Parts: sequence; C-alpha cells; structure tokens
Amino acid sequence: MKNQGIIGQKIGMTTIFAEDGTAVPVTVLKTGPCPIIQVKERNRDGYQALQLGFDQLPERKVNKPQQGHQKKSGQGYYRKLVEFRTDSVEGYEPGQTVDCDMFQVGERVKITGKSKGKGFAGVMKRWNFGGSPASHGHHKVHRAPGAIGQCAYPAKVFKGKKMPGQMGNKRVTAPNAEIVDIRKDDNLILVRGQVPGAKNSMLTICKKG
Amino acid sequence: MDAITKIDQEHLRIDLPQFKAGDTVNVHIRIIEGEKERIQIFKGSVIRLKRGRTNSTFTVRKISGGVGVERIFPINSPAIEKIEVVSRGKVRQGRIYYLRNLRGKAARIKPRDIRR
Repeated sequence: MKNQGIIGQKIGMTTIFAEDGTAVPVTVLKTGPCPIIQVKERNRDGYQALQLGFDQLPERKVNKPQQGHQKKSGQGYYRKLVEFRTDSVEGYEPGQTVDCDMFQVGERVKITGKSKGKGFAGVMKRWNFGGSPASHGHHKVHRAPGAIGQCAYPAKVFKGKKMPGQMGNKRVTAPNAEIVDIRKDDNLILVRGQVPGAKNSMLTICKKG
Repeated sequence: MDAITKIDQEHLRIDLPQFKAGDTVNVHIRIIEGEKERIQIFKGSVIRLKRGRTNSTFTVRKISGGVGVERIFPINSPAIEKIEVVSRGKVRQGRIYYLRNLRGKAARIKPRDIRR
C-alpha cells in the first residue's frame, strides 16, 4: 500500500461547467507539494507512517525544538505536520515530496478538516428541533427544547440526549468527495460539493479504503 | 491572480453579446436527445440578469399558448450556442417582474433608442 494522504488548504468555492453544460459546484483545494519530514518505522516507532509537511515557514518563525526535528529532512520548515499510516514505508525517504499526482480525476476521497465554529448553540440550530409557536399563550419558550425525559421511571435523563451545547469547531470528515479536476501546475484539486471548514483552513485528503 | 479567478476565467463566456432587462433575445440552446444534438430557440424578453462570476444567470419570459413561460439560463453555460439580441427595450427597473401581472397590450415594452 502506497502513501494514503496529503495535506491541503481550502481556497474557496466556485461553479464550473461540464462538457454537456451541467453546472458543477466545486471546492478548490491547494494540495502539497508535501515533503516527507520523517518516516516512522515499525522497529523504531512501533508503527509505520509518513510524516508530511505543508505551508512553508521562514526559519525565524519556527521554534528550536521544531527546527531540530524538521532540519533532518533538509526541505525547510513547515507550519503543519501530519502523519499518514501506511502498510509499507519501503522506498520512502525523508526529503522526497508527495503531490497531487497521487490522485486521479473521478476518484473518491476522504477529506477531513475542522468545521466552522457556531459557538454554544440551542437545540433548534444544533439538532433541528421544531421549537414552539410564537403566540397562542407561549411565553419565553419559543426556542426551548421542551421535555427531556419521562417520569418516576426511568427517573433520569438518558445519555446522549440532544441538548444545547458547542456546535461546530470540531473534526469533520467528508467521506466520499469526488475529484472533478486536478491542476498539477498550480497544485490544485477541484472537488465536487462542500468540504468542512472555513477558507484557508487546513485539511487532510486521504484515499479511500 | 488568485486561484479561483483563474479557474473562473476558463469558464466565462466572452463571446456573447451584452444585453439587459427589457431586451428581447433569441437564445439558441444545444439539446442532446439520445445520440443526436439539435438546437432549440427560446425567444422572449429578458426580465432579470443575475450578476455573478461563473454562476451568473438570466431569465427569459415569453407567452406560449396564452401561458407565461419563464426559463432561467446560466450565462456561461456551454449549452448556449449563441444569443441574438432582437430588440432593445426601455425599462426603468433592473428586474421587470411587473411584466408577470400584465397581459396583451399592457405587457409591451417601449423600444430603446440605442444610438445615444
């Protein structure tokens, strides 16, 4: 099994047209080229993985421990480091680069990122509850969750009950994103539909299976 | 130039004529039926131009068999073979939705003097 993933950045969305005139909504992602910073080996580290870097930084922006770690690859310094597990690390050396060539047009991929934070949200926004009527005697309960349990039995609120709380700003995966186009010259890939997160946020793009 | 503008520019149609709400146009649309491809013409007045980048659209309204028919076209779609501007109309609004409530003589649009 070859390398499974790459680090990317969400650039934004637009509409493009297919040959037959169908409008296709696409998200533009900048991917790599990612140098291999470190190769994790079973004997030494207990598992096999490739550590990739993305978003190059000048030396003055990198702290000393990171400088020491990243210097070994001889590829400069990077803001974001991510490990991708593989079955075999044979043939991979620190200093090699991985880029969007690893994908093909039409391939389905998993894209993971951090969703936009919505703050502490009520049940209507967070769980699509219906809320209560605006009038007919309702007072101060227009967006309230209503009852959250039963009576003497079970005499408790079940775990996992949908309640208000933090919404967004957590790791989300788009499990089946289709690659519409790959532009090697600009290191861009175009994916059909949406991906998690805000513009310029970091993503990982992984092969499926 | 940022990446999105660059991608958009490949899909923008710059060969089409300029027109705006109130103009009467012939829209030639490529239609694929099975194996064959043919051209259908939709003639009517433009009642709206929705500006954007690649996602700009315009709406054409015509009266067909006494029933109003509106069709929304993406301006940059490759399915549009060509657009002919039949006549220019003088209207005061950018979006002439009031046309929907008018029938017959009242629904005429004054011609616009394009000599300026």
